[in-house]
Formats: sequence, C-alpha cells, structure tokens
Amino acid sequence: MIEIKGLVKRFGDFTAVDGVSFGVARGEVLGFLGPNGAGKSTTMKMITGFLTPTAGSAMVCGHDVAKHPVLVKQAIGYLPEGAPAYPDMTPESFLGFIADIRGLRGPDRKRRIDQVVSRVHLEGVMRQSIDTLSKGYKRRVGLAAAILHDPEVLIMDEPTDGLDPNQKHEVRTLIQEMSATKAIILSTHILEEVDAVCTRAVIIARGRIVADGTPETLRARSRHHNAVAITVRTGGRSDAIGAVRAELQRLNNVLGVEDASIHDGRASFVIMPKSGATILADVSQLARSKGWDVDELRLEPGRLDEVFRTITQPAGAGARRTLAREGGAE
Amino acid sequence: MSSAVSTNTESTRASAAAAPGPLTGTWTIMRRELGGYFLTPVAYVFIVIFLLVTGVFTFQLGGFFEAGQADLRSFFSFHPWLYLFLVPAVSMRLWSEERKQGTIELLLTLPITLGAAVLGKFLAAWAFAGIALLLTFPIWITVNYLGKPDNGVILAAYIGSFLLAGGFLAIGSAISAITRNQVIAFVITVVICFGFLLSGHPVVLSVLSGWAPQALVDAITGFSFLTRFDAIAKGVIDLRDLIYFATLIALALFATAVIVDAKKGA
Repeated sequence: MIEIKGLVKRFGDFTAVDGVSFGVARGEVLGFLGPNGAGKSTTMKMITGFLTPTAGSAMVCGHDVAKHPVLVKQAIGYLPEGAPAYPDMTPESFLGFIADIRGLRGPDRKRRIDQVVSRVHLEGVMRQSIDTLSKGYKRRVGLAAAILHDPEVLIMDEPTDGLDPNQKHEVRTLIQEMSATKAIILSTHILEEVDAVCTRAVIIARGRIVADGTPETLRARSRHHNAVAITVRTGGRSDAIGAVRAELQRLNNVLGVEDASIHDGRASFVIMPKSGATILADVSQLARSKGWDVDELRLEPGRLDEVFRTITQPAGAGARRTLAREGGAE
Repeated sequence: MSSAVSTNTESTRASAAAAPGPLTGTWTIMRRELGGYFLTPVAYVFIVIFLLVTGVFTFQLGGFFEAGQADLRSFFSFHPWLYLFLVPAVSMRLWSEERKQGTIELLLTLPITLGAAVLGKFLAAWAFAGIALLLTFPIWITVNYLGKPDNGVILAAYIGSFLLAGGFLAIGSAISAITRNQVIAFVITVVICFGFLLSGHPVVLSVLSGWAPQALVDAITGFSFLTRFDAIAKGVIDLRDLIYFATLIALALFATAVIVDAKKGA
C-alpha cells in the first residue's frame, strides 16, 4: 500500500531525511519512532504530498506522489501534528467541508459523517466552535476528518500527544479497530504505544532508519533481554545483601548483577545473562537451595526505552552511559 | 507497455472514488473561505467601516450635494484610496493565517491542486469585496432619486472598482503567502499597492515628465491602477484595461502559488 524508496529531504544545508525506505502493507500498523527532529514528521509530510522530496520516491496505492499528488491525497487520511482545524468553524461545518472536498455527496455524505461522528464521539459538541473545544475533542475532530472518506491509508503524526490516559486509550482502541482493513503509519514518542497498537516499529534518528522490526525483535536487542529481576527479603542487613549478590554473581552464565535497591528490608537485583544464555532456572534453583525469602522473581522481556536510547544516541554518549552503569555495579 | 497499464488502473480508481473535479475543489474552498469571513466579527466590522467611510468621503469630502451633478464621481474617486487600507486588511489573513494555525498542512493534503486552493481563497476574498461594494447601493438609489444619472457609467465604475479590488487582493494574496505575521503582510501590501496606485498619480507624472523619456512615463503610467480605474470610471470599458487587470490578477495568483509552495516547508 505504501512503498517509499530512498526518500531525502534537505532544507538548505540541513538534511532532515536522509535516504529512508520502507513499505507498509494492508493490516500493518507501523509505529514511527525517533527523537524530536529525527525526521518523522518530514517523512510523513512527503508521503502525504505536503512536502516535495529532494530525492527518492513515495508510492501510495500504486500512485507516485510526485506525479499524481491528487490521487495519492484521495487515498490517504492524514492527521497532521496537533490536529489543525479551522478554529472558527464548528465540527459540523468543518466535517461538511471535508466531505465536500472529498467528493462525498447526498445520502452517502450524511451517512459517512454520522458514522465518524459516533465513532469518535463528537455528538455533544457538533455545534460548538472548534476553538472552544478541549484538546481531546480537537484531536477527535482531526481524526474524524482524517477517516471521513474511509481511506485505505491512514497517516497520523503523534495522534495521542497531549491527551489524558483515557483519551489515549480511546484513540488507540480506534486505531486497532481500523487496522485490519488499512495500512497505518503513526508517529509517537510513547514507547508503550508501540506495544499497544503497532505490529511493527521503525526507529529513525538523524534522518536515517536505525531499526525496523516487530516490537518483540526490537526488545530482544535490549541489554535487559532475558535478564532476571529478583527481590529478596534480607531484613536490611548489609552483610546479607552482599551475600546474596555474591551468590548470584558466582552463577554460571551470569555477566553481572546490577541495580541493587533496598526498600523496607527488601533488596532488588537485576541479573544480566551472558549473551544468549537463559538464567531464570539457575537463579530460581539457587534461591530455593539457599532458602532465600523471595518476594519477586521475573524474566525481563527487554526494555524498548533502552533500545531506543542506545540506537538513537550518538555512539559517544551511549558508551559513556554503559561505562557509568558498569562502574556502579562493581 | 507498463505505463499504459498503470494509466488504466489510475482512471478506473479515480472514477470509482468519484473524484471531485478542479472546479469542485475551487468552489468548495471558496465557499468555506467566504463562510469563514462571516464567522468572525471581522467581516461585519469591515463592511460597516467601508460603508461609513464611503459615505463620509462622498458626502463630506467629495461634495456630492454641492457639486449638484447627478453622477457618482465623488463616490468612486475615493475608492482607490479606501481600498489601499481596507483591502490589505482582508488579504492579509489569506495565507498568513493558514500557516500560523497549521491548517495549511491540512488544506494542502486534501485532494485538490494548489492552484484550486489559491484560486478558491482569492475568489472568496474577491466575492467578499463584491458584497461590500454591492451594499453601497443606497448611494445609487439616492442619486437616481435626486436626478437622472447615466447608469451605464455608474455600472462601468462599479465594474472598475471591483476590478481594482481584485488587483489589490491578488497582490495581497501573494504578500500574505510570504509571512505568517498578518501585521507584516498588511503593511507590505499597503506599501506595494500604494506604489501601484501612485505610479499614475499626477505628482509622480509631473516629476517624471520633465526629463524622463516619454516611453518610460508611459510604461509607468501603464502600470498604474489609478489611470486604468479612472478610465473605466468615466464609463469607458476598454478591453486593454480589462486585460491589464486580468493579467495582473493571474500573475499575482501564480506568484502566490509559487510562494506558498516554496514556503510550506518552513
């Protein structure tokens, strides 16, 4: 449905997007991640035909956006960052305008407007001017406008940014409901959102794609992938804490033990495995044989935020961080 | 071979989606935009001020009654100077506001061409100016009640005034595309329109006529709104004057499209 190849955008000397390529199929929800200024919005603006690429191409539903921008724009529903809408209009007149410009006529027009209005729950505010609406409602108006023509491709720039947890949940549910029949791209800063709605994540940094895969495969790149977290009641005695740590470190396949925190007489550790090893059984057996009073024992699936940080930061900063953490574990 | 196939699928898809034509796009944009003027007090304030000031100019400064003539020359002679300040107040928001509110990204990702958007917005502003102009009809009724004016000349002057407003608006549209600051758009538009007006003013012409070659004087006069407007307002609708305004509007709108396209990423 979406096929972009070698997309480049330069603003003067600054290269905002530097050779980005990926494809999105129907049924996929692609989470577009990256630090601020990484080029997420710029990439989306090129796919939607708002910005002209310096080089490369974007195909949507078989149409090249550079050659047939209007056909591409017909196929896409786009929610720009901040969900801009004409503030003096009411949702009713605004959606009417979008319907007219999308070529919806007669009973079809009314049916589609009624459908999206009930879908995003705008019924109560249809005759209020948009600038008097709360942020959550404004976002819903933008979403309603984006999905009004039931587009095959939906592109959303930070659809949940600035919403409260309930509103975020609603928007995510809506995206999930639509995902089966559409190709969806959404950008986000929120890593939990990737788990909640995305089937695939692309991480972009300084204009280039640095990771592309399912949330699970990305998480597997984390240092914490297959690490074991354990909390033991030690009564707060420092010699007992030290003993536990020493025992854990003595295990085969254990690279190191980190993050000891002591709370109400409980000590928590994260035990890092040597690469590729699984150590949960070993740790569990050790705890049983030593008769530790274990509060919690858990396998870490990996941390997306850590993967995000390590691959989006310049190499120097990442290395320094790793050194500091290993120093603390000694 | 492959290109023929892709063209085929394109046309079937386009017809299935009931693609709105370019005119539909322009028309829809124009309707929204014109409706937008009346959603805020701006439109009403503008119309009231326009009517008040034309009234004051015509009757007080213009000496409408004192002249004792059944025509509207005193009414129309102030239009260029009135438009100089009122029209930029309408045109300044055309594109500045879209950029400031971020709605330009919405507008230009709708399935319309940039040309349709530029034209639709301009036509809305022009129609709005036309509405304000039509609302001066009591003056026309007055002059017909008091005497027997040449209504053909009055109609020509109305057309001339409308074309003049269109010329100012088209220039204002291009300026408005340059900046997201409406005040700056207003000031620059006033200055540029002032230049267009003044290039035919007797003051400028007398300064030039002493030394400048006649061709230059003619060229500068040819650029003037004032000369063209005066000619039409006398009841002579010359095709060349119509072509002048049409060309000026077309060029300014083309410039608007180029500037919007160049600036949208910034």
